[in-house]
Amino acid sequence: MSIINFNNVTYSYKSEEEGISLEPALRGVDLEIEEGTFVAILGHNGSGKSTLAKHFNGILVPDDGAVTAFGMDTADEDMLIDIRRRVGMVFQNPDNQIVSNVVEEDVAFAPENLGVEPKEIRRRVDKALDMVGMYNYRLHAPHLLSGGQKQRIAIAGVLAMAPKCIVFDEPTAMLDPGGREDIVKIIRELREEHGVAVVLITHHMEETVHADRLIVMDGGNIVMDGKPCEIFTHVEELKALGLTVPETTELIWELNKKGFNLPLEALTVEECAQALFSVLKE
Amino acid sequence: MGQYFPGDTIIHRLDPRTKLLFVVFYIVSLFTAKSWISFGIIMAVLITAVLASKVSFKTIFKGLKPLVIIIIFTAVLNMFFTQGEPLVEFWVITITREGVTKAVLMVLRIIMLITGTLLLTYTTSPLALTDGLEALLRPLKKIRVPVHEISMMMSIALRFIPTLIEETDKIMSAQKARGADFDSGNLIEKAKALIPLLVPLFVSAFRRADELAIAMESRCYHGDKGRTRMKQLKMKGHDYVVLGLSVLLLAGVIVLGRFGF
Repeated sequence: MSIINFNNVTYSYKSEEEGISLEPALRGVDLEIEEGTFVAILGHNGSGKSTLAKHFNGILVPDDGAVTAFGMDTADEDMLIDIRRRVGMVFQNPDNQIVSNVVEEDVAFAPENLGVEPKEIRRRVDKALDMVGMYNYRLHAPHLLSGGQKQRIAIAGVLAMAPKCIVFDEPTAMLDPGGREDIVKIIRELREEHGVAVVLITHHMEETVHADRLIVMDGGNIVMDGKPCEIFTHVEELKALGLTVPETTELIWELNKKGFNLPLEALTVEECAQALFSVLKE
Repeated sequence: MGQYFPGDTIIHRLDPRTKLLFVVFYIVSLFTAKSWISFGIIMAVLITAVLASKVSFKTIFKGLKPLVIIIIFTAVLNMFFTQGEPLVEFWVITITREGVTKAVLMVLRIIMLITGTLLLTYTTSPLALTDGLEALLRPLKKIRVPVHEISMMMSIALRFIPTLIEETDKIMSAQKARGADFDSGNLIEKAKALIPLLVPLFVSAFRRADELAIAMESRCYHGDKGRTRMKQLKMKGHDYVVLGLSVLLLAGVIVLGRFGF
């Protein structure tokens, strides 16, 4: 069942001067997100991927076309709260998403806004903090935590709304490698253990390897859409779009150019190692 | 400004509303008190509170330090410019008995005033403080004072103080690395040197505000309509006792004043 539908969505940022429209950031995007799936969206800077993200919960409203989330039109202001409680959003900079100076109070922010009963808020906050592995930090001040920990708090803050879908807009862009790994692991767990649909917008290839579906954007359009292992076989096309492929694919691709015949579908390090091993054994 | 020292004493456990009201009663008593007896009573209350909070006197002295100049200034002003029975006469300066008394009382008043408010911020988390303030000022909503918005602004400001300090340090290092000089020159030159620090700081603060607003909206923030709180403020027995005592304190000081003490 699809939960979010983009129907021929066009959007241009408005210039400060009246009447002048800038280059459209989205040009007639059609997209359906299925319940409980992990969809990754790739694209270089200016490809329109962040603009797309802001359409999921009505932060931006299409100039033309329509976005419906759980059957509600994002252009309908009366529906915004109902849409946003179902479609959570995590942004790039964790510092600018945290409202309170106590971790658990921050996680409680969204359910408080939704008018949830105090006891139920307590339960949700504890559960959300547990899901991101930050329960022991619940009484800490966020500014004393690392970037990765802060981002986990931001994720918990969204989880406390009990959303059906979470959109991550480059959540790892400001994190160190360790923090990045933690976040990617949590994103996978959300989909695999809690059945939350995940939309991950990123420009790090490695993070998209475990996605059910990979979408590549360029110039405000969707240019590729399929399983990650299929998409990554188009090494040359991806490079032409200014994207790099995962290191494993790069390795196999280079080896194939030298006359080997390895499968480009081997995405994870484990699969790649197995593929190399079976070739070397022969 | 006073920072918060977490703890689990009776003073820490008091409802923030109780503490705020107590401080109000305490300050009014302090300014009503005219005699040594009244001051003595208020002082006893203050010392009891400080001891109960387990905040060390050293910490309180540290908090008073930045105000030494104001305290000395007040003392000098009161000592030299009060008319009355001369105690010491030297050149054009006359120190009167009344002047000395007034100076001592004034200094005591300022020190006790600041100690009282310091104790409030030392034992109450900023969040509890803004919550308490919001709850106490709620009646003002009837006359369209945006109480919730004010308290939200205060708690967000408190949340971003450390973030902005960190950012200031970063910008300062970046500008120093490119040869900026923040330390030498006269006052005007120093102020001018701050411009390359303040401009990027403001630009980034506005960007942060924009992002925070979007993040808050994404988390369904829509003012205080239908908003609940995880931690409900709740007055307990000891809160009512403290409130009763603070009313008693003010009443006592007023009555003593009536009888000329």
